[in-house]
Amino acid sequence: MSTAFDVAVEVSLRDGIADPEGLTIERALPALGFGGVSGVRVGKSLRFVVEASNEADALQQVEAMCERFLANPVIEDVDISLSPVS
Amino acid sequence: MTTKVGVVVFPGSNCEQDVVEAVDTIGGSGELLWHKDSGLGDVDAVVLPGGFAHGDYLRTGAMARFSPIMDAVERFAREGGPVVGICNGFQILTEAQLLPGALYKNRGLKFLCQPTMLRVNSTGSILTRDLSIGDELNIPINHFEGNFICSEQVLAQLRDKDQIVLTYQDNPNGATADIAGISNENGNVVGLMPHPERAAHPLLGSTDGASLLRGLISSG
Repeated sequence: MSTAFDVAVEVSLRDGIADPEGLTIERALPALGFGGVSGVRVGKSLRFVVEASNEADALQQVEAMCERFLANPVIEDVDISLSPVS
Repeated sequence: MTTKVGVVVFPGSNCEQDVVEAVDTIGGSGELLWHKDSGLGDVDAVVLPGGFAHGDYLRTGAMARFSPIMDAVERFAREGGPVVGICNGFQILTEAQLLPGALYKNRGLKFLCQPTMLRVNSTGSILTRDLSIGDELNIPINHFEGNFICSEQVLAQLRDKDQIVLTYQDNPNGATADIAGISNENGNVVGLMPHPERAAHPLLGSTDGASLLRGLISSG
């Protein structure tokens, strides 16, 4: 019996790698009246549903996808969250 | 015998005809290969040209590295065959882990299309073995994601093994250590952001790109 899991993968630049987009947004915010913002980082998020026998299996599948395809470990980190489809 | 250079066409490649033209101009024979081919035929060298393979979806080169022909390209590269990735082709080679590092958005977030002055930093690669260290080359760039990034450890290895092939005189994109092109340890796989095929005829304002591509022709 397999279960469907909602998966959210956040892909972000690794710490220490300059993020020119984040920097540009951070510089633009004060000009629009939004002061006090720092540490802006831009990434991307992926949402999908995966079928697996249990949560551990689902996580393992998603980790493998991230490692092989969804992210580039040279420059990116991933943050995976999943929950059974309600 | 004329050296046959296979130029791989991915959906979204757009520099393949320029590469074929340049190869023909300098005495080789350029031939287009389709990304769904399973083999490379009888080519003596392979070029992955510039463009936006598979629309650059997900990341530059991320989809293209799984195109069917890439198994044959990887085999060919590991057997010592000359493989050159130009611009998007360089991005594909890093995604395929045939070359280390990654290419990220230019510092300054501008798409850069301009002539650049390069310096030959190694003569151990297939493209530079007939040149001399310190040679200056005028070759255009045309990219948004040409900012070469690698770990300190990889950079040290690139330096130790003489894998930094070309550097920018005036770093336009923020690339680590001014890197414009690198090779693998053997020198038979080279990736570079500048477009040598766009500097292969006097009418284009420079023939310095032909000097690089000639390395490919004499390899066959």
